[in-house]
Amino acid sequence: MGAGVSTGGHVGARLPRSDGPGKVAGEFLYSSDLHVAGMIFGATVRSPHASALIRGIDTRAARALPGVRAVLTHEDVPGDKLVGSTVCDQPVLAIDRVRHHGEPVAIVAADDPVTARRAAALVAVDYEPLEPVVSVQRALADDAPALHPDGNCLRSVPILRGDPRASGEVVIRGRYEVGIQDQAFLGPESGLAIPDADGGVELHVATQWLHIDRDQIAAGLGLPVYRVHVVLAGVGGAFGAREDLSMQLHACMLALRCGRPVKMAYLREESFAGGHVHRHPAWMEYEHHADLQGKLVAVRARLWLDGGAYASTSPAVIANATTLAVGPYAVDNADLLGIVAYTNNTPSGAMRGFGSVQVAVAYEAQMDRLAAAVGRDPLEVRRRNALPEGGTLPTGQAVRGPVATVALLDALEARPLPGPVADPRDLPGSTFGATLGEGVRRGVGYATGFKNIAFSEGYDDCATARVRLIARDGRPVAEIQTAAAEVGQGVLGVQEQVARTELGVEGVVVLAADTAIASAGSASASRLTWMIGGAVKAACTAVRTVVLERAAGVLGDRDTALTLRDGAIWRREQRVLELVDVIGGEAVACTRTYHHAPTEALDPETGQGDSHAGFAFVAHRAVVDVDVELGLARVVELTCAQDVGKAVNPMALEGQLEGGSIQGLGLALSEELLLGDDGLVQTRSFGSYRIPTIVDAAPVPSIVLELGEPDTPYGLRGVGEMPSISSTPAILAALRAATGHALTRAPVRPEDLVVHEKEA
Amino acid sequence: MRLTVDGTPHEIDDVHGGQSLLRVLRDVLHITSAKNACEQGECGSCTVAIDGEIACACLVLAAQADGARVETAASLASPGDGALHPLQVAFMRAGAVQCGFCTPGLVVAARDLLARDPDPSEADIREGLNGNLCRCTGYQKIIEAVQMAAREMPR
Repeated sequence: MGAGVSTGGHVGARLPRSDGPGKVAGEFLYSSDLHVAGMIFGATVRSPHASALIRGIDTRAARALPGVRAVLTHEDVPGDKLVGSTVCDQPVLAIDRVRHHGEPVAIVAADDPVTARRAAALVAVDYEPLEPVVSVQRALADDAPALHPDGNCLRSVPILRGDPRASGEVVIRGRYEVGIQDQAFLGPESGLAIPDADGGVELHVATQWLHIDRDQIAAGLGLPVYRVHVVLAGVGGAFGAREDLSMQLHACMLALRCGRPVKMAYLREESFAGGHVHRHPAWMEYEHHADLQGKLVAVRARLWLDGGAYASTSPAVIANATTLAVGPYAVDNADLLGIVAYTNNTPSGAMRGFGSVQVAVAYEAQMDRLAAAVGRDPLEVRRRNALPEGGTLPTGQAVRGPVATVALLDALEARPLPGPVADPRDLPGSTFGATLGEGVRRGVGYATGFKNIAFSEGYDDCATARVRLIARDGRPVAEIQTAAAEVGQGVLGVQEQVARTELGVEGVVVLAADTAIASAGSASASRLTWMIGGAVKAACTAVRTVVLERAAGVLGDRDTALTLRDGAIWRREQRVLELVDVIGGEAVACTRTYHHAPTEALDPETGQGDSHAGFAFVAHRAVVDVDVELGLARVVELTCAQDVGKAVNPMALEGQLEGGSIQGLGLALSEELLLGDDGLVQTRSFGSYRIPTIVDAAPVPSIVLELGEPDTPYGLRGVGEMPSISSTPAILAALRAATGHALTRAPVRPEDLVVHEKEA
Repeated sequence: MRLTVDGTPHEIDDVHGGQSLLRVLRDVLHITSAKNACEQGECGSCTVAIDGEIACACLVLAAQADGARVETAASLASPGDGALHPLQVAFMRAGAVQCGFCTPGLVVAARDLLARDPDPSEADIREGLNGNLCRCTGYQKIIEAVQMAAREMPR
């Protein structure tokens, strides 16, 4: 079939990855593996303070070090000094002050990585430390110093619906808190910038969105966008952390200054502290009003998210959090307010779930407390309040398509509960011999959630694909060109499956993703399978039309309904022409851009508007064992039920449900990026920032519903983020059932789980 | 110093005292089948076998490995026809690979586990691979892959 051509199944088939052989062999090249002759190495000088004025930067000692090729500061930024993915508020290199720990202040290039880091350490920055603003509460106080010209309120989203003062016979008030979660991808921020002969630059980088990187790089370099060519390098996970620039612009600046290829790769320590944004920490106050049967009457909520030092995607995150703040429940009266503020903490931004995760911790705890208050089963209360088909959100938006919440809960409840653990090593902590099980109690908890898919609030979200049908070695081959970022999620395979399905060919080649073609949009918001699937499908449909017209011409038979499958043209059940003969030497190529239906901005006063393009629904059941003497918990089973509309590749889908659920397990039990009172990041290794190990992870049986979304290719919905939404609250509910404790904060800490004798 | 990496001998001149084996493999020899996820000894993505004993290459000083036989994920495939090892095939077939950054270290660690215990239980696999972090998969399909390979490997 030739190099790079994959063969395999259609949409719906269970398929291994086409990039799998290279990955298991250790041959697949990630962005940190790249090497070209003559390349030199970049390193970053970062702020040791959360807030400080810069009185001067002395680069002489660094420049004097043998092997150093360049030391650059803000003065060397050729174009725009401020960049950003939604708001241009972030200096390419700090100018007169630093606003967070780890903020880039200067960059260095040298002949080898050790010299580059040594030179970075020799850059002498004269700081005047300031009292950092380390809480949202402080940031929003009248006497707080303004961290940006427009003040510290980055965005506030009010949503008012029905009678905001409506009250019910039962009132549940709660305060909840979610700590900072890190995406903790394994492949560090890294890439290779190569200057070209025309004063432009080619950047090979691990990213989620090639074109937004390109546009920001071009602005920072003061170059037209066509002088900046971005190529996707191998991506070692993303989860939102590659939506913003990290080393991209810095490597390009150094490459252009030195006239040499420049490689940069962050260390894990700088990845945690300044390398990328994190999930927003949240403080949430809720008031649920219901009748005596537990039917919701009104929900009031106040959400405060810490945006950190720069905007990143915070404006969209707070809109998600607020519009989704009630959960997948119907309520006629709502008074919601979400605020995201600037502080001197490490910047917050995109992470899997993007605002939906924090509120689910709160609204699901409220639903359990409501059930307890009215003496009803928590599942019954959820079913009673679940959005009906066509139900209305607090924004006034009616949900199109199936609402799976009740079906998902039914499926979870019908599944038998696991028995006691069989192997004593499966008790909490007992891989390491912590307990023999005397103090172990079991708890079961349920949670449900939902999220918007794709970009919202009027953004023209689109994706472009070019499909070219060629004859190669006597076989038809579909060649796909897009800028879709394969970050591990499997979008490469999705594109292959769509082309096989639409063109009836076995052989498919997906070309390297780069900015030579128009944008695919971001590998985020659970949108890419939908959007690039739609673009590839549309381009294939156009190619098919041309091919069938050509075939009809050959056959001299324009009235007959011809079809395309198994590499041939068919008239009804008869194979009438080989596809390669129709293509001949003349390839058929079409380019199409896919848009989802338009969305609306939210009214700035009332938060009303059809802001979201689509939704997906999920639920989890968690079974936990808690050693209430030691404060250790182990999740025995974490069942994920999700409506995916259509399962494009069931194996890749399960991988998303399992992986996303275990990230939610991490947020429930162990993962927290800790900041000191000085705003400095304290957890800068996998020893202190604890993502689940294989011992911590639970089995994640999956229950997949395919209810079919109207208006999407094959009826699919987005998948990637949903498993991270209801997993955390389901585990918290199970921990509450085991301990009897309120547990209003994620992650829980061991001391939260210890049941003292006087309680028992 | 001398190293034999995946069967190929190397003579290396310019190694300085503090350099890790991982840095020598990646920066000096340009062998990238051992990965650089943390370089703090926490994640296992640089797991290699050094004279048959597995270790995080980032925690081993290059000087300590002088004269050693180092095996990365690239050593698993058959030296004759390049056919993938049953573990590598199982990782693909089970869906145990997503971004794949942890995979080279995991297959080296899993080969070591199966050499010691050809028929591990799920708890044995969890205990045995506890030094290798994966952020994408949630580990379920990694466990299935190791079980699948155990069934298919010659005893």
